[in-house]
Amino acid sequence: MSGFLQQCFNGLVSGGFYALLALGLAVIFGMLGVVNFAHGAFFMLGAFGAYVALAEFGVPFWAALVAVPALLFLFGAVLERTLIRRLVPFDPLYNFLLTFGLTLVLQDLVKREYGVQSQPYPRPAELSGSLDLGLFDYPAYQVFVLAAAVLLCLAVWLILTRTRVGMVVRAATERPELTRALGVNVGRWVTPVFAFGVALAGLAGVLAAPMRAVNPLMGADLIIAVFAVVVIGGLGSVFGSVLAGFAIGLVQSLGNLYVPALSQTLIFIIMAGVLLWRPAGLFGREEART
Amino acid sequence: MLTVEGLNAWYGEAQVLRDVDLAVAEGEIVTLVGRNGAGKTTLLRCVMGLHERCTGRIGLRGDTAFGTRPAHRRARLGVGYVPDDRGIYATLSVEENLLLPPVVGPDPWSLPRVYETFPVLRERRRFAGTQLSGGEQQMLALARVLRSGARLLLCDEPTEGLSPLLVEQIGEILREIKAAGVTVLLIEQNLHFATTVADRHHLLAEGRIVESLDNGAVRAREHELLAYLGI
Ligand SMILES: Nc1ncnc2c1ncn2[C@@H]1O[C@H](COP(=O)(O)OP(=O)(O)OP(=O)(O)O)[C@@H](O)[C@H]1O
Ligand SMILES: [Mg+2]
Repeated sequence: MSGFLQQCFNGLVSGGFYALLALGLAVIFGMLGVVNFAHGAFFMLGAFGAYVALAEFGVPFWAALVAVPALLFLFGAVLERTLIRRLVPFDPLYNFLLTFGLTLVLQDLVKREYGVQSQPYPRPAELSGSLDLGLFDYPAYQVFVLAAAVLLCLAVWLILTRTRVGMVVRAATERPELTRALGVNVGRWVTPVFAFGVALAGLAGVLAAPMRAVNPLMGADLIIAVFAVVVIGGLGSVFGSVLAGFAIGLVQSLGNLYVPALSQTLIFIIMAGVLLWRPAGLFGREEART
Repeated sequence: MLTVEGLNAWYGEAQVLRDVDLAVAEGEIVTLVGRNGAGKTTLLRCVMGLHERCTGRIGLRGDTAFGTRPAHRRARLGVGYVPDDRGIYATLSVEENLLLPPVVGPDPWSLPRVYETFPVLRERRRFAGTQLSGGEQQMLALARVLRSGARLLLCDEPTEGLSPLLVEQIGEILREIKAAGVTVLLIEQNLHFATTVADRHHLLAEGRIVESLDNGAVRAREHELLAYLGI
């Protein structure tokens, strides 16, 4: 029983990473219509950012948790302004290719500097122990990551549903052209939304550094699964992406326990099943984007 | 208020507006009538800045560069758009649908005034926009541009599919805002209704304005025009 629960916990923790990444992908796709393949690379940059900050400058985890996403926000804003924006009017495939190429460039730049082996990153001292969760002990850091992921998703959800900015983002996601015709300068929100998604990926990367291998390919391994999560949740549906993120983490983790042979493919089997049942994903809307 | 000169528009190779000239004076209600596919919707989309493939000059209140501005700037200059599909957002509540457009005119309707005029919108203000009935969505689309205080309304068949009672209510509202000096360019297939609210009418055929009529002329030729429009 406690083994089962512990495995559930593991699943929710990795689901938290799925959810944070899928959330950023979903808002970026919704607002820009861009499938951001580089999202995994931004995640990796976040983790490497934390590593470099500590190894080279002695910046502790807690400071990196704020500074690295802030830097990635700037990076995302510059990227959107200089490259992404120019390709948005054309076939979405162009931006997909651009971000795919960007992924390779970023990975190789990091590889050149730090090689392919994984870099160690210590847990912050405050969270190095474990917590007694009643039925079992669990690493305090993992509990922190899960809580942070849930709170971040909740905060984004509140921003989206309760603020004027969120209302504009929802409107622009649903009907970009009409929203402009109603007097909303949709273009002004595009850069911050993209940068926000990038920063969120970076934040997930910083959170991952103390518990996952920090190496140039850590994002590439993850992003394929995150794409499956976004498709399952419904392309462009923020709520669906977050829910699917946690659910897939859970299912995958239990799958590891009970059907280890399927551990790598389970997520894609689920995706195929969901698509057969609901082609737009669990929370996607059927009509195509206009 | 609004002047359109030499407007041409295309979808791909197909030209759907040809050399359209149109002027609407401040405080006037002018309709566009024409068969399906005549180009009425396209004309409004050109004025709103939503149709890229168009040439010609569009001016608003002496702003001759109006036609070169992006859509959101045009809206902010006091133009309210009621699109032919109502444009109600499913991901916004009824109240958010009302509050989305920024205030663009000197005399916007307050939310209480909107709710007083459309009590059903107050009742359903927390519902998703598309949970309203078709008629209620039309009311919402109109209420939304009134709330923004727009001085020129571009309304694409706002009475389509409404019960006679609701059509009458829309008529009352149009007369009320006209009295307040709001200008309306209205696409309307219901000729009888059109003559009760509007000052002048333009008949659009194959992308051209072929006739301009006043209310007397429309009433005198109602049967002929209805037969032409195929209604
Ligand atoms: N998206 C489009 N792509 C290609 N052609 C189009 C498109 N939209 C409209 N058209 C064509 O342009 C012409 C004018 O269309 P428009 O919608 O402006 O007509 P309308 O007068 O509003 O008609 P209705 O009474 O049906 O609303 C029509 O011949 C139509 O077939
Ligand atoms: Mg039309």
